[in-house]
This record gives sequence, C-alpha cells and structure tokens, in this order.
Amino acid sequence: MKILVTVTEVANADDEFDIVDNTIDESSLTYDLNEWDDYAIEEAVQLSEAGEDVEVVTATVGPERVEETIRTALAKGADRAIRIWDDELATKSLLDPSQKASLLAGAVEEEAPDLVLSGVQSGDVSIGATGVSLAAQVDYEWGAVVNDLELSDGVATVHRELEGGVEEITEIELPAVLTIQTGINEPRYASLRGIRQAQQKQLDVKSPEDLDVELAASPLTLTDLVVPESESDTELFEGAPSETATELAELLREKGVGA
Amino acid sequence: MSDVLAVAEHRRGELRDVSFELLTAGRRLAEVNGGDLHVAVINGAVEEFADALNRDGVDAIHTVSQGEEFNHNIYTQVVTQLAAEIDPQYLLAGNTVNGLDYVPAVAERLGYPLVTDAVGIDDSDGLSVTRELYAGKTEGTVSVESENAVLTIRPGEWPAQDGVGDAAIEPFDPAIDDETVRSTVKGYEEVGAGDVDISDADVLVSVGRGIEEEENLELIQDLADALGATVSASRPIVDNGWLPQDRQVGQSGKSVSPDVYIAIGISGAVQHVAGMKGAETIIAINDDPSAPIYDIADYGIVDDLFDVVPALIEQFSG
Repeated sequence: MKILVTVTEVANADDEFDIVDNTIDESSLTYDLNEWDDYAIEEAVQLSEAGEDVEVVTATVGPERVEETIRTALAKGADRAIRIWDDELATKSLLDPSQKASLLAGAVEEEAPDLVLSGVQSGDVSIGATGVSLAAQVDYEWGAVVNDLELSDGVATVHRELEGGVEEITEIELPAVLTIQTGINEPRYASLRGIRQAQQKQLDVKSPEDLDVELAASPLTLTDLVVPESESDTELFEGAPSETATELAELLREKGVGA
Repeated sequence: MSDVLAVAEHRRGELRDVSFELLTAGRRLAEVNGGDLHVAVINGAVEEFADALNRDGVDAIHTVSQGEEFNHNIYTQVVTQLAAEIDPQYLLAGNTVNGLDYVPAVAERLGYPLVTDAVGIDDSDGLSVTRELYAGKTEGTVSVESENAVLTIRPGEWPAQDGVGDAAIEPFDPAIDDETVRSTVKGYEEVGAGDVDISDADVLVSVGRGIEEEENLELIQDLADALGATVSASRPIVDNGWLPQDRQVGQSGKSVSPDVYIAIGISGAVQHVAGMKGAETIIAINDDPSAPIYDIADYGIVDDLFDVVPALIEQFSG
C-alpha cells in the first residue's frame, strides 16, 4: 500500500509587520510545517507502522527553502519526498486551489497511491479546498475534515467533524483523498535518529513539466492586502499584575462572580 | 447569464443559519446585474425547506429528493447538473464542513474558479472577494477575472434574509450515476457528552494555547474554583488531549453564552469566537495586544497570564 501525504509550508507573520506590494514583508515571516499536515503525516506514519509494506511519500509545492520542512516530515517517518517546483511558479497565484491541486495531481498520477492524506487547510491562507479539488482532478473518492480513520478491505471508515460537536460516520472507497483535522492523533516530535536518517532519504525535485502538468494562467489575483481596522473597544486594566488583578476582581464582584 | 445559484444547507431535519445568509448574499449579487436568485435545496424535507427558504428576493427554488442527508457525491452531481441547466454566473454555498466537502469538486467539474471563506463580495466593477489571509492578521482582496465563479461565504457575515417571497418552487430531477457514488454516510455521533455541560454555566474560565503546558492547567482550575466557575477551553487544548472534548468552545465544539466569559491565553480565532460571542461580558487575559480576542472583549489585561492569574486567585482566597 502506498500513502501520499501533501505537505505544505506555511508563513507565519510576526505580531508587527509591514505590507509591501500586497505581501507581508519577508523579514516579518517565519516558515513552518503546516499544523494540519503534521497530523496527516502522523496518521500516515502510524498506518505504515501498523501495516506491512506501507510506503509513505510526501509531496510539496515550493522553492528550495521548503526542503527544511520536507526533511521534518521525513524525520517523523515518511519514506521519501517529492518537491514540485520551477521558478515560473513563483509568479503564479497559489491562492487558486485548482492550480495547487493540478500540481499535486501530477504527483498523484505518477505515484498512483491508494490513499492521499492532506491537511484540512493551511494555517496561513486557509483556503480549505485543495484536497477535494485534487480528488476531483484525479477522480479519487474523498472525505473532508476527518478526525478518525480506519482502513479495511479497500474502504476507509472515517469520522467527519461537523460543526457543533457532531461527527458524521462515512464509508469511503479507496483510492481516496482524505483531509485530516487536527486532534486526530498526537503528532510525534522528530527523534535525533529520525533527523539523521532524514538526510539520507530520497527527495526528488520535479518540475510541472516532469509531471506533465501545464498550468494555465489563474483567473484569481490578489489585488489588495490590508490590516483590518481593529473594532476593539476593550476597556483595558493597566498597571502591575497586583493592580490589574484588583481592578478585575472588583469588576467580577460587581457582576456577582466569586462574591 | 447574470443569475446566482445558492445551495442551501441542512442537517438532521433543520436548515442551517447559513442558508438564510446565502439568500442575502445571493440577492445582493443578483441585484447588481439584474439577474435572478435561484436556490437549490437537496435531500430531506425539501418541500418544508423550500417554504422556509421562500423569502424576499428569491426567484426560484429547485428541490431535489435523492435521500435524507448530505452526501457529497449526490450534491456534487446535482449541483453540477443544475448549474448546467440554469447557467448561473455565480454559484454560492456556505463555507462549512459540508460546503467544503463538495463545492471544490463542483468548481472543478464546471471549470469555474473557486474563492472560499468570503467575508465580502463586490461585483460593481468586476468580481472581487474579500477574505482573511495570514491567520486573520490581514484581509486580502481577490480579483476574479472570469465570467463565472464559485464562492463560499463565511457563516455569520451576512444577515439572514427575511420577508416572504413569491419564488417558483420546482422539483429538479437529476440523473445520478450510481457508479460515482463511492461514499456512504452511515450515521452521526454526538461527541463529548460528558457530565459537565459548559453551555449551562453562568461563568466560564476558558483556557487556550497560551497556557503552554498541561501541568499549568491547575492554575486555571484554581481560578475557576475560586470564582465558582466552570473550566472550558479552545481547540488546541482539546487537540492535545489536555481537556475532554465536552469542554471545547467554538465552531466544532459548543456554543456558549454565559454571563461572564474569561478568555485566558486565547488568541480568539474566528472558529473560537463563533462559539462564545454571545457571552454577556467577555474578559481577555492575553499578552498580545493585537490578538483578535481584543476585537470582541469588553475588558482586558494585556499581560503575562502567569503573573495575572495567580494575583487574581489571591483576590478571591481568604
């Protein structure tokens, strides 16, 4: 069995940042493995540990910088990795889930995995559509927002986390793309041994052309980026903790709390 | 060609609020170009749903009976076929767990661009959609250069449409290809039915990521004890397994509306706020002054919770 995990690097903005040409100034961004993908990797690695002959391959769209994040996934137990990129992609809008899905679809067509695990969304742009777009493009079955997964006889039995504390229990025929919700498992930390081994694992760089993917121009463009005006009218208590705590205690007693 | 098709959402016999918000967003969008607003309601008690959805500004309601509940294979096929028949300029749905389970597939099949989680839509000079980017720290405008588009709207951003409409209610009979129905919904489960119901509490002391370590939760419990309050939490605390699911406040957890809600080390992501904005008084303790929790907090202390909370406990002990 082969599991492909889509792994994204997310950009986190510092508390203070400048916006230049509709992007956050590079110096205020730090990059990290997308939180949802961390759970997707863990789920795949647990399936590989529980089963015989399960290969876990990661696929990532991004420039050379993202290899650090990819090595993290390898250190946590993925077997090998694919990085999809060419410099032209830097000018494309990855806001368009269909474009991102097309690139990943190239890897899925080439690898023909039984199962694709993807994070529900990326923590920075939060589009939340790439996994299902990918499934539609490669004609796989799918399930979005999965927080429990069991496999048997070519069927995935999943719990989909709906709003308001309700879960939907659904059977999904493989091959399928599942988007994984946080909390489905407890992602491991990479061990030192894992980190050392990750350096030796195979990491292939493929261009869209290598994967037979031709990207048309996206109809979506980001034309403005602003910091929303704060609607805050919070009354702040100021001073040392002893002072602010006293003021808050007074307020709470006025409201009949702890009186 | 300037029509709008909005797809209603329901679950276990009830239309969800976003369905009525879609009518507002859809009417406004149809208005700009003098188009009609079509609404689709698929599965369940479609006639009853159609009557409820027949509000001001709705021109046609298409009912489809292919089962009781949501199934993404059915929804994908039905909406794709309806779109082919009506040929709407824009297709609208809710940015919900089920919305995101079929809408991207419909967009792929129709070959229309998709913009999710819209908080604003403007079609006065070409279509542009406002959505949050960088975890809510910024708001971006996405210009859509396409004749058609598929949009999902964030729940709670548009008012619910009211009034009574005179829409034509028409059954639509899709051709479902059973071969493509490769998923089966087996049932539902209520999660986190524990012995504590946080939605009943008058005072909630709610804890988030800022607490850093599981053992620090004791501090929060001590404060709750001192105040006679109940402990609740934001998602990361429950994801980490530090508190059971029945303590989770937010979109995927419980909606609460206590008299007093004290948010400690909670940034106030939109999913969390959705579950607690109904609280009468919101107090935030968070050392990041730009945290979105301060957009809705009535009172706040911008300081280290590990200094403030012990001082507060002291105020109520002895």
